[in-house]
Amino acid sequence: MVTNRRKFLKQLAAASAMSAAASMFPGIVFAEEQLEGLPKGLINWKKAPCRFCGVGCGLLIGLSDGKAVAVKGDPKSTVNKGLCCVKGYHSVMAMYGKDRLTRPLIRENGKLVETSMEKALDLVAGKMQEVINTHGKDAVSMYGSGQWTIPDGYVASKFMKGAIGTNNLEANARLCMASAVTGFISSFGLDEPMGCYEDIDHADVFVLWGNNMAEMHPVLFSRLLDQRLKRPDVKIIDLATRTTRTSVAADRSILFKPQGDLAIANAICYELVENNWIDKGFIEKHCSFKEGKTNIGYGLEDKFKFSDKAGTITFEDFKTFLQDYRPDKVEAVSGVSARDIKYLASLFGDPNKKVTSFWCMGANQHTRGTWINNLIYNIHLMVGKISTPGNSPFSLTGQPSACGTVREVGTLTHKLPHGVVANEKDRKMAAEIWKVPVERIPYKPSYHTVEMFRALDRGDIRFMWIQVTNPMVTMPKLNRYRDAVQKDDRFIVVSDIYPTPTTDIADVILPSAMWVEREGMFGNSERRTQHFEQMLDAPGEAMSDTWQIIEVARRMGFNELFPWSKEDHIEEIWKEYARFHEGKKHGMAPYEALKQAPGLQWPFVEGKETKWRFHAKYDPACEGNSFDFYGKPDRKAWIWARPYEAPPEIPDTEFPFWLNTGRVLEHWHTGSMTRRISVLHQAMPRSYVEINPEDAKSMGIKNGDQVRLVSRRGKIELPASVHERGQPTKGQVFVPFFDESLLINDLTLDAFCPISKQPDYKKCAVKLEKVNVIN
Amino acid sequence: MPIKSYLVFPHEGQQKALEAALELLPSCEVIPAQNKDIFVLVTDTSDQKEEEDILNQIHSIESLDHLTLVSGFKESHPS
Ligand code: SF4
Repeated sequence: MVTNRRKFLKQLAAASAMSAAASMFPGIVFAEEQLEGLPKGLINWKKAPCRFCGVGCGLLIGLSDGKAVAVKGDPKSTVNKGLCCVKGYHSVMAMYGKDRLTRPLIRENGKLVETSMEKALDLVAGKMQEVINTHGKDAVSMYGSGQWTIPDGYVASKFMKGAIGTNNLEANARLCMASAVTGFISSFGLDEPMGCYEDIDHADVFVLWGNNMAEMHPVLFSRLLDQRLKRPDVKIIDLATRTTRTSVAADRSILFKPQGDLAIANAICYELVENNWIDKGFIEKHCSFKEGKTNIGYGLEDKFKFSDKAGTITFEDFKTFLQDYRPDKVEAVSGVSARDIKYLASLFGDPNKKVTSFWCMGANQHTRGTWINNLIYNIHLMVGKISTPGNSPFSLTGQPSACGTVREVGTLTHKLPHGVVANEKDRKMAAEIWKVPVERIPYKPSYHTVEMFRALDRGDIRFMWIQVTNPMVTMPKLNRYRDAVQKDDRFIVVSDIYPTPTTDIADVILPSAMWVEREGMFGNSERRTQHFEQMLDAPGEAMSDTWQIIEVARRMGFNELFPWSKEDHIEEIWKEYARFHEGKKHGMAPYEALKQAPGLQWPFVEGKETKWRFHAKYDPACEGNSFDFYGKPDRKAWIWARPYEAPPEIPDTEFPFWLNTGRVLEHWHTGSMTRRISVLHQAMPRSYVEINPEDAKSMGIKNGDQVRLVSRRGKIELPASVHERGQPTKGQVFVPFFDESLLINDLTLDAFCPISKQPDYKKCAVKLEKVNVIN
Repeated sequence: MPIKSYLVFPHEGQQKALEAALELLPSCEVIPAQNKDIFVLVTDTSDQKEEEDILNQIHSIESLDHLTLVSGFKESHPS
């Protein structure tokens, strides 16, 4: 029996791989006997988007006896065409960790004690009301996540903005995607990529801007490699501050100094103009030139305020601006030779090559994050390589629903499900759909994430409800914010599935249903909404985040705003939410269609997905018969003159190294799920610091030696990694942030892009010391 | 008791060498496509250590360009 079952599983595994191959290589043939005799019925397969990254692979979850026992890539999904990475494959195991939270806990006399869900929810609602009564509605806040499902985010927005009437709603996507949003809005007037993953099948050149795709977006990177195999002229250029698996697989690795990307992007534009590689007709018809404020600060002080102002300039003004960025002039600040910059420009400038740029945290977690997003768009706009298959400036997202939930639903202080709180028309639309008085929705944004935690520290905020995120690992300058949440008279509620450093500081812990233990939708990087049904029972009293919010809202007297039943609430929420986006520019697919398809892209117009926006051939919202950047009032894309400006903290004699932080392939964010999957934990059990081999040699540090990193804010001891997975440039170190026992964010700086308010986790100054171990 | 399947891509013109090298490895079943230069590889190992060893061996084969995981199964339930 065991042998038969094993044989069956092997046949299934082979069949899955053959299906994946068939999606990638239509017409591929395998020997027929391989597919013969495949028994059916032991495992029931259901579709779901992957729980982990923003690629949003379609998975098939294998269910047997009420448990998830297997995973395979869904060959019907156009995202991954049957592929899946190591995290996706192991994703179901994240539901079965031994210390899964199954009962609510409340803090009594300093200790967490079990209680019932009813009592815990009563306490949350009561405490929230008490804080509102005593300190006002702006003293309560909610902090969610790009891992929230779309319904979670929608009810959170309706609860905070429509019911309570405060804009104190933020999500951790502020830490990962905010600069992408402000980049899109300032360049195009509308958020999210114009292209889609199908660009990969058409592009001749891929330029990766500080984006270690091989580890962070592995399935997409496999698709790039597959294209290069199929079409040997395809080139992958890795532009980064550190040599990674991506650099090794790329055709060309170009290393630059931290913050040097601003200068490189402008220098590429300089070269395009200088060599007359620009598309003059496209620029004249479809682009405007703008300048904004300069010397815009870094947000290091509490209550920092900034708003940009666009001024119109001419193409000639823009050319004059570019004079400072002649490739040889920027060699020093960028660390890249004029030759390499000219090479990059020649790729963009070649009229016979389609170019797709990819970027993610390298560009977004940047004190000039909005600017570098603008500058990459500038390059594509100068050569007209945009909004057509293969020509795509493509901002990737990190989390599975950073786009779907945070950006589209708008779970940020300044946003509404459609538009922004500052716009009366948008407030009226929300008030009408939510059936609340328009005056209840405040017109002023309150606190972005960093400022929200600062407000908690100051006492302006007294209550915070955190769902699906782990800020006690991820906040920059963590020391300050850890102290803040532990102050007397602060009340913290945390909804999660496992104990974390954030549940450690909670007054109430609510156990959450995870992923396919409830129904929901995610929205991935390419505007694709993916529905998943409830496939499993949640353990113990665990409850979906959506339903937790509804229960608390009802206890606070907002029953009429949340009238849905347990059975149909996701469907009803979707229908209500979709009203915000009706029309050709952002229409969402109907619930019934989402249930059937492995995912559907918006704008979904008359039963059809829109693959490329802003070109009449593909986008029904366009006027005319070619490009139409309808997001801006002048129906043009804006090319911005954005200068190089240095980061706030630069290595000096006391702190001579740059500190860069990030993720690793095996772990999802803070590792609260993936560290409980033994295979992944064993593959990457603890954090480390990557050191450039020359630096290590000069300091007498060998691989595995214990070293100390010290910044102006904190210190940490951890093992050195030399000549291993990644290799930072000289004078730089890299530390992953997945390890809650080695909190690298005690060292990072809470400087942020003044436009997007997204912190920079990639650049601050540290010193490196060898720890002398006394035997 | 993991069972996993991969798509395996050889360097150009090296499919025969790669197929031969993979077939020498224990716990590996190789299924070549008949009209494309790629393989399906199924690994059937007794524990994670064995699986890691096999993967390390596969990665050290010079004719290998890259491989991509497609699916995986565990004989025993993860909990
Ligand atoms: S690439 Fe991302 S979405 Fe795809 S399987 Fe891996 S973790 Fe999941």
